[in-house]
Amino acid sequence: MSPASVFVCLSLTLLSDYPVIRVKPDNSGVVTDGVKHSMNPFCEIAVEEAVKLKEKKFIKEVVAVSCGPTQVTETIRTALAMGCDRGIHVEVSGKDYEAMGPLQIAKIFAALAKKEEASLVILGKQAIDDDCNQTGQMTAALLDWPQGTFASEVTIDGEKVKVVREIDGGLETIKISMPAVLTADLRLNTPRYATLPNIMKAKKKKIANMKPADLGVDMVSRVEVLRVDEPPTRLAGVKVETVDDLVAKLKANGTI
Amino acid sequence: MHLHMMPRITSHYTIFPRDKDPRWEGVEMERFADEADVVIVGGGPAGLSAAIRLKQLAKEQEKELRVCLVEKASQIGAHTLSGACLEPSALNELFPDWKERGAPLNTPVTEDLFSILTEKYRIPVPMLPGLPMNNHGNYIVRLGHFVHWLGEQAEELGVEIYPGYAAAEVLFHEDGSVKGIATNDVGIAKDGSPKDVFERGMELHAKVTLFGEGCHGHLAKQLYRQFNLRENCEPQTYAIGLKELWVIDEKKWRPGRVEHSVGWPLNRNTYGGSFLYHLNEGEPLVALGFVVGLDYTNPYLSPFREFQRWKHHPFVAKTLEGGDRIAYGARALNEGGYQCLPKVTFPGGMLIGCSPGFMNVPKIKGTHTAMKSGMLAAEAIFPKVTAEDPASKTAGLHIPEYEDNLKKSWIWKELYAVRNIRPSFHNYFGLYGGMVYTGVFYWILRGKEPWTLKHAGLDSAQLKPAKECTPIEYPKPDGKLSFDLLSSVALSGTNHEGDQPPHLTLKDDSIPVANNLAIYDGPEQRFCPAGVYEYVPLETGEGMRLQINAQNCVHCKTCDIKDPSQNINWVVPEGSGGPAYNGL
Repeated sequence: MSPASVFVCLSLTLLSDYPVIRVKPDNSGVVTDGVKHSMNPFCEIAVEEAVKLKEKKFIKEVVAVSCGPTQVTETIRTALAMGCDRGIHVEVSGKDYEAMGPLQIAKIFAALAKKEEASLVILGKQAIDDDCNQTGQMTAALLDWPQGTFASEVTIDGEKVKVVREIDGGLETIKISMPAVLTADLRLNTPRYATLPNIMKAKKKKIANMKPADLGVDMVSRVEVLRVDEPPTRLAGVKVETVDDLVAKLKANGTI
Repeated sequence: MHLHMMPRITSHYTIFPRDKDPRWEGVEMERFADEADVVIVGGGPAGLSAAIRLKQLAKEQEKELRVCLVEKASQIGAHTLSGACLEPSALNELFPDWKERGAPLNTPVTEDLFSILTEKYRIPVPMLPGLPMNNHGNYIVRLGHFVHWLGEQAEELGVEIYPGYAAAEVLFHEDGSVKGIATNDVGIAKDGSPKDVFERGMELHAKVTLFGEGCHGHLAKQLYRQFNLRENCEPQTYAIGLKELWVIDEKKWRPGRVEHSVGWPLNRNTYGGSFLYHLNEGEPLVALGFVVGLDYTNPYLSPFREFQRWKHHPFVAKTLEGGDRIAYGARALNEGGYQCLPKVTFPGGMLIGCSPGFMNVPKIKGTHTAMKSGMLAAEAIFPKVTAEDPASKTAGLHIPEYEDNLKKSWIWKELYAVRNIRPSFHNYFGLYGGMVYTGVFYWILRGKEPWTLKHAGLDSAQLKPAKECTPIEYPKPDGKLSFDLLSSVALSGTNHEGDQPPHLTLKDDSIPVANNLAIYDGPEQRFCPAGVYEYVPLETGEGMRLQINAQNCVHCKTCDIKDPSQNINWVVPEGSGGPAYNGL
């Protein structure tokens, strides 16, 4: 069976690299109101890979999926503008959204992949706001599918996928059978820009709406966030003139 | 001067055209084009009010109208920065039911204080009704949030809003009228060559294009020359406004209180002053900032450092002590008023908002007039773009009715009444002469005096050579009330794609060292509120070179205004770049 549809699963994240993030006054979380959200950079790479595979004619259809409140449709539109064919928005908002974590998301993606008979599920390796690096792996486990994570190169070879993975010691090449789950790492590709004409055309592409309940998924979280704190202010360093001074200071503060 | 050893600074195609550049041979330069009835450049109060008004009229009269709005910020409101005390006059006209619609006007002004500061003391000045600064009936707002709300109203009405796409080029018909705009190209490397991901921007054509770029727009600069729009007005004069948001100790919080000051730390001949507004939105938040007129003469002056040291004044420090700074930003603003209003209509387009410059300077308010100008533009345009035969001599519609409507509106009356206040500061007594003039002529005559005073001329021509001036000894930042420049810039959330040509383009790369540094000691190092300009020693050891840190830019436009050589031309970087202000 030749690969039919590929699911690209997107995460909407806080652009945590550059905007100003601060902890809520009650330490329950981070202030998100008014902060610019956009597509997780690793998910952009995932979208790019899926669209490339379609352009090379290995797959027929790319579906972009995301879970979250209404804002998420903008992210799906960007994926559509990059070349995905249709989108699915799984609506999760309010308290459910605040408590939503990798397990709930993985359950949703797994249910959808089964329902739509996907051949490949591609995700970003991790979201840059929580850095969990769990959703792809959990999705594969729930589906009992093979996984190719931290992919820096993906080649489709008949019914199998060859994945070059980035690991601590270097690179590992594996071959897995489809259907499979892949997670994208930084060097997989350079995502294309979503140009304005494509954003305009994307308005005509379909985004289906559904709720987790429609997929039989319950959003109960087993994790409770107790407290969020800012990292301690970095103290100034102290310069010393001689090695003897250094030894004396280290002795004084109990290090040696 | 070993010019050939200076690394090249400018690589932008507006200075080095691509049709003569061998690296661009064979690159596809064709652009996708689309048509709308009206295209609006800029998603600020003026642009959004114009878009909303057009759609309201279309709904009332059951006509179809395609309105497209492009905005360079990544989201509507992200490049908006203002004090701000909003006068709700224009908003009441646009949305009489703004309260039910949830407009974020949460803080009515309850207290209005004005002071003259000396180094240690504060002289209170009574805020008599009738003085332009009186704020009765106004609201303290976080303008970025208000603009974001306007954007939501506009989208609900069917306006197509495209944040993250900057208008980079004005397009012209064969007959010279404006045809529309083209958005920025993406994927050009820092050295000006095409990258693999290079994509052309797209063209948006319209029957009429509205330019609402805010103070000192880069396309407006081009349009002034193209259509000779400034032949009968004075050159615009500006100020720079720097702003911070602080979460303060609850015990010091006075929601609804408005405080303004003049005097220290500026001398009597440098125009400027401060604001400090206590917001009422749940947490003890204050918006504060400092404005310095860009007609200042001492090249050693640093508006940023004046702002930082003002916070140490006992009257200000007592409010901020124990508080936390959570945001920073800066933007140029207009000071010229009535005398500097250009022609605002031309074949195919018009200028709205702070771009031509409707700010009421003594009131320090420009949002209400910007919104009104957008609404008047929409009302003038609507019958023309929906008419079967617009009977226009040019392909792009020329709609002078907009200018006529402006002159009959309250915008004109307001600006005329206060026209002499700002220029009255140009006298020997400086600030004090200006205050006397305001007290005598404005408060009594309300601007009915038959004369119109002139401004001093181009801001960029006001700097005295460095050798004629004394360097200013600024105190070191203490890290609690005052801060250094780079940690401040970090709080603006600004960023840009690093691998793109610097958008602060120089007509001539050799002029900064030869002129700005040699004669004026490099004033751009001091007037840029984001640390974009640095003079660093050459690697060879002898002499200096200018380093442009384009990624820091907060799009304030001050450099384009104040550069004594007028060598810097600010152009728009790749869309989505720039500050990430949240409710400034």
